[in-house]
Amino acid sequence: MNTAAGADAVIEAAGLGKVYRVSRGVFAPPMPLRAVDGVDFRLARGCTLAVVGESGCGKTTLARLASLIERPSAGSLRLDGEEASGASDRRIRALRRKVQIVFQDPYGSLNPRHKVGTILAEPLAINTNLGAAERRDAVRAMMARVGLRPEHYERYPHMFSGGQRQRIAIARALMLRPDLVVADEPVSALDVSIQAQVLNLLMDLQREFGLAYVFISHALAVVRHIADEVMVMYLGRVAEHGPKEEVFARPRHPYTRALLASTPFVDPERRRRREIVKGEPPSPLNPPLGCAFHTRCPHATERCAIERPEPRPLGETLVACHHAEAIG
Amino acid sequence: MEAAVESRVEETPETPLREFWRYFSANPGALIGLGVVVFVVLLAIFAGAIAPHGPAENHDDAFLLPPVWAEGGGWNYPLGTDAIGRDMLSRLIYGTRFSLLIGCIVVAISMTIGVAVGLAAGFFRGTFDILVMRLVDIVLTMPSLLLAIVLVAILGPGLVNAMIAVSITYLPYFVRVTRAAVIGEMAKDYVTASRVNGASILRLMAITVLPNCMAPVIVQATLSFSSAIIDAAALGFLGLGAQPPTPEWGTMLADSREFVLRAWWVVTLPGLAILVTVLAINLMGDGLRDALDPRLKR
Repeated sequence: MNTAAGADAVIEAAGLGKVYRVSRGVFAPPMPLRAVDGVDFRLARGCTLAVVGESGCGKTTLARLASLIERPSAGSLRLDGEEASGASDRRIRALRRKVQIVFQDPYGSLNPRHKVGTILAEPLAINTNLGAAERRDAVRAMMARVGLRPEHYERYPHMFSGGQRQRIAIARALMLRPDLVVADEPVSALDVSIQAQVLNLLMDLQREFGLAYVFISHALAVVRHIADEVMVMYLGRVAEHGPKEEVFARPRHPYTRALLASTPFVDPERRRRREIVKGEPPSPLNPPLGCAFHTRCPHATERCAIERPEPRPLGETLVACHHAEAIG
Repeated sequence: MEAAVESRVEETPETPLREFWRYFSANPGALIGLGVVVFVVLLAIFAGAIAPHGPAENHDDAFLLPPVWAEGGGWNYPLGTDAIGRDMLSRLIYGTRFSLLIGCIVVAISMTIGVAVGLAAGFFRGTFDILVMRLVDIVLTMPSLLLAIVLVAILGPGLVNAMIAVSITYLPYFVRVTRAAVIGEMAKDYVTASRVNGASILRLMAITVLPNCMAPVIVQATLSFSSAIIDAAALGFLGLGAQPPTPEWGTMLADSREFVLRAWWVVTLPGLAILVTVLAINLMGDGLRDALDPRLKR
């Protein structure tokens, strides 16, 4: 894989897992929910890893793990070569300067009682010894960088549109000059006309600051625009992981193919050739045995119901499917 | 940092304060309430200059004189006198001081403690939360006035003890309102964002979350303010609150209830004073709730 080589991985996950305990009432023991299970990836400086999948596939949990909001329950997570899983609270605090998050909903992610200037200065006030004047200069410089006007400094978040709010959220994420920004569906709450502007801003900032992005999305059109690598998740596990060109040109996992086919086309000719996934994804509380996708897969055989496929290299991508060669 | 930001206020679109005033002033009841409250506050502040007589001054020549508009009344005592010749108007004016003091102190005590406990319960959840909420439920099962009477019986009668007792009976409301608001805010991403930036628990509590929880607390405070006046007056009426000759309205009512058939004004006027003040504060509180509750905004 192209970006996995080299020692300067900004973030490196191996066998990363998160199990939640779901309460089923007073007397029943809590049930384990494997939100993320055995995920491996490496991401180099300046590169973008897009994580795609349906709702409930564990992509937001992965975002929360990567941004150190949640502690992993299995596996290792390294930021700039430093182990974060099992690190002390103090180390985590220090590591947090390296990774920041941009949330999906720009209406909930900005404190409604604080002015934009205060919101942007908060990371500096907590983590640096800069004086008030220096903080203000840094905030104004960053505001200019993300396309906010100087007079916005004194305004409250409710005076802004969704796109502008997301610019504020991006500016806040960059205040501490992180190496990695986790973007949890940053444009899916925005108007289509605004999405491209915000995506272009993210790409400009990536070039300027050498940022690595973990970009969570369910919109493949957006991923095609921004990603270097694509990781397709299904029920907490990796289905397919590889360079963007490969995944889009030669999808090898039936789930990836289905996802690509579900992108709406204007052309009725192309619309007819769709490979549609049937039904809802199974409950992550009770995942199917064998391959998690076999209940909805058009190519499933007996083997798929018994043996769980591990991700294996095929061409430039990793595919977790027994029949990848036959399908591709 | 805050001060530096505040000092640079410039021409901006509608600030939250201005938006609040737009909603509040659209409600005529709230404006009338605010007017009466301001009037009462001014009376309390300038009671010494406005009142024609001292509140405890006896006039041996004027027992149970009727108000000026009734037969036998005079301008010397515009609202008449009570059974030992004290000027009713002066006592009512001085009484505003006690009513407002009671409201302020009761709300201050129960709001400070209640918000702190509610904030902690909403933040830490778990055992502490369960413990606090069950305790609150127990206190809420008892009628507040009855509980206040029990507490005064333990602490001993007097204005200060009455205020403490009433404060304790109002605590649970503040705890609940704050906790509910905190839990609602904690789920929002801006709290997570602050936490990702390494904000300490105290910073999260006081700077990030608390200002967003204040709207329901402020409404609860205004409504408790008027209830506190009523409850303290009730305790005074029962002889458990302010003691004579304090010109507290409830105590005045109790002192003169034996004259209710001979001299209506000694009972009616303190009662009316309580009614008007409480009504005004409640109207204002309703206006506050309409203006501060985002769900009621148009």
